[in-house]
Amino acid sequence: MGGGAAYENDLNFKATELRLGLPGTGCTNEEQAVSGAKNNKRPLLETREERGSKEKSDPQHDDQETDPAPKARIVGWPPIRSYRKNSLQTKKAEAEAAAGMYVKVSMDGAPYLRKIDLKVYKGYPELLKALENMFKLTIGEYSEREGYNGSEYAPTYEDKEGDWMLVGDVPWDMFLTSCKKLRIMKGSEARGRKLKSDRVSFLTEFSTDGWKFRQEESE
Amino acid sequence: MNYFPDEVLEHIFDFVTSQRDRNSVSQVCKPWYKIESSSRQKVFVGNCYAISPERVIERFPGLKSITLKGKPHFADFNLVPPDWGGFVYPWIEAFARNNMGLEELKLKRMIISDECLELISRSFANFKSLVLVSCEGFSTDGLAAIASNCSFLRELDLQENDVEDHRGHWLSCFPDTCTSLVSLNFACLKGDVNLAALERLVARSPNLRSLRLNHAVPLDILQKILMRAPHLVDLGVGSYVHDPDSETYNKLVTALQKCKSVRSLSGFLEAAPQCLSAFHLICPNLTSLNLSYAPGIHGTELRKLIRHCRKLQRLWILDCIGDEGLEVVASTCKDLQEIRVFPSDPFVGNAAVTEVGLVALSSGCPKLHSILYFCQQMTNAALITVAKNCPNFTRFRLCILDPTKPDAVTNQPLDEGFGAIVHSCKGLRRLSMSGRLTDKVFLYIGMYAEQLEMISIAFAGDTDKGMQYLLNGCKKLRKLEIRDCPFGNAALLMDVGKYETMRSLWMSSCNVTLGGCKSLAKKMPMLNVEIINETDQMDISADDRQKAEKMFLYRTLAGRRKDAPEFVWTL
Repeated sequence: MGGGAAYENDLNFKATELRLGLPGTGCTNEEQAVSGAKNNKRPLLETREERGSKEKSDPQHDDQETDPAPKARIVGWPPIRSYRKNSLQTKKAEAEAAAGMYVKVSMDGAPYLRKIDLKVYKGYPELLKALENMFKLTIGEYSEREGYNGSEYAPTYEDKEGDWMLVGDVPWDMFLTSCKKLRIMKGSEARGRKLKSDRVSFLTEFSTDGWKFRQEESE
Repeated sequence: MNYFPDEVLEHIFDFVTSQRDRNSVSQVCKPWYKIESSSRQKVFVGNCYAISPERVIERFPGLKSITLKGKPHFADFNLVPPDWGGFVYPWIEAFARNNMGLEELKLKRMIISDECLELISRSFANFKSLVLVSCEGFSTDGLAAIASNCSFLRELDLQENDVEDHRGHWLSCFPDTCTSLVSLNFACLKGDVNLAALERLVARSPNLRSLRLNHAVPLDILQKILMRAPHLVDLGVGSYVHDPDSETYNKLVTALQKCKSVRSLSGFLEAAPQCLSAFHLICPNLTSLNLSYAPGIHGTELRKLIRHCRKLQRLWILDCIGDEGLEVVASTCKDLQEIRVFPSDPFVGNAAVTEVGLVALSSGCPKLHSILYFCQQMTNAALITVAKNCPNFTRFRLCILDPTKPDAVTNQPLDEGFGAIVHSCKGLRRLSMSGRLTDKVFLYIGMYAEQLEMISIAFAGDTDKGMQYLLNGCKKLRKLEIRDCPFGNAALLMDVGKYETMRSLWMSSCNVTLGGCKSLAKKMPMLNVEIINETDQMDISADDRQKAEKMFLYRTLAGRRKDAPEFVWTL
């Protein structure tokens, strides 16, 4: 349990909170104001309709609830010159292609962090192998049901929304665009994440079935 | 004044340089008209279809410098199909045929072909300056013709053009005898350039004061160029991407130390921020900084750079500077007059600046008079504060990425905020608005914006009254462009005479119908009322009740244009 306190600062408890609802919804108003860009919920949808809406702009507001579904783009909006728009697009693509995607990799207990370029790997197996080589450890096989069951280590990553996710759940391409940094969790942390203290009691030692056990209890 | 010989009058008129003033002079009496017209050298034509080249030549036989603008402003945002028009060839052909001594040509949003560039280069022996802004239709072959044949070329300035790049030999076409270059800007070219030729060109151009490079010019060449051109006033850095080895970096620092005249800096088209500290040497003297094409420069490196720029008057930047970065600008750049904050990721629809940055700028920079601001959200309170802090705005353009977003705090429309701006900024000449706006804001604009000349409106208003308030109130209105607003025929036809006092009106995705446009065209023969038809089914005899999806009208002395493509109907 000693390690617990240190991790409270790192983990976003809200992220590990089990609740119903799609990811990304249910932010408090405060969070919404701060991270206004993320949810982009448009209030007063009915007022828009009262005005006799323009068809073009409505599709933009239809898909507020699904995150991060792309908004329908309005032609010619935002009003910036095509030259500039094209150049930003190109730059973005070039920058991503050329610069590689270096992300920090931390491992619990290691004295310093490492950095790897995600772009050089074609998929999860290669990435995991590289991590295993870099840190001299074994991560083992991924399974949707059990995560990295049987391993002392679990590779996790922080996504764009600040949540810590298990590596391997989403398609590789989606992972590439959402991964901000990696963390290799070790030991008990790997097998059972701490949850909000009110709801579930802290579990100290797990058996190798610990993962399955925790899920059952919270349901 | 009637007793003065013509030469004296002419000499006096030489001191009158602005076109508006010269227009006024020419209206005093017939002799003044004659003298002014025969001696005018610089002409500005805001709409190339408003008058024929022949007529311009006839009136101003001494013309040496001409500025022409072609496509409507909304063409910048892909609202106008290609081939709509704006061809400069007829003008050049007419000038050549009439042996005009053309020396300067400036074009904006026009189509210019390689053929045309070749014609220019061969027809005008004293041709000195070519400035192309947002143009298209030409390639580096056309540039090669200019380089080869214009022996006294001083200025070749290409701004944000779409140029077909046939790879770099055009630079080598400047003959060894060409030593007159003062300004060279090829930042928008996508391809490689002959770097050796570039170096030699710079070396033999002692008058070079403005040089803007494209992305294909790397750091080590930049350093060599700077050593040869220490008197540069305006520098556009090309590529800045690789971590330079210390030798190149040190040489760059040495070169920059010699460049004591640089007042304007731009480019960093591909930039890694690590080496920016070399430029901290130049920053204290900068009056103009354009980093709007440098997404690689942000965060602490950007703020560090800005903190050195105490004399900055003009700043173009990306929104990744954030509100925090704008606060640094506000506290550092007390002489700031113009700022443009562009979105770095327009497709995702998230801007990194909000009303906080805008308010900070307004309170820190009292000389601010021109702003273009793309942001995530806005509030009435912020706009009211800005209006109080900066009553001197002449240009105010605000673009909220979600175009109908209301006040982010109160959810009210932004009428009061923009109302405060027009009420306080008595000298406002240009306005662009966005966010949730009702007819009320137009009432305010009509009431208070007495000097307003150009206004752009999108997704605003509730009824025809909105547009009517505008047309009634703004006596100096010249350009009005409207998209996606519920304005219809009643507004369009309320005061048809008004359009002859304006340069142009654009309306797209509004409620005006084909019938309304036809009616207007019938009443006003001095206007060209053009409908851009992008659907297949419609034809000109179609149901008048159908909405006119895109309408562009402008006053003209040249009648309907002969180069209109099939999809453009002149009613």
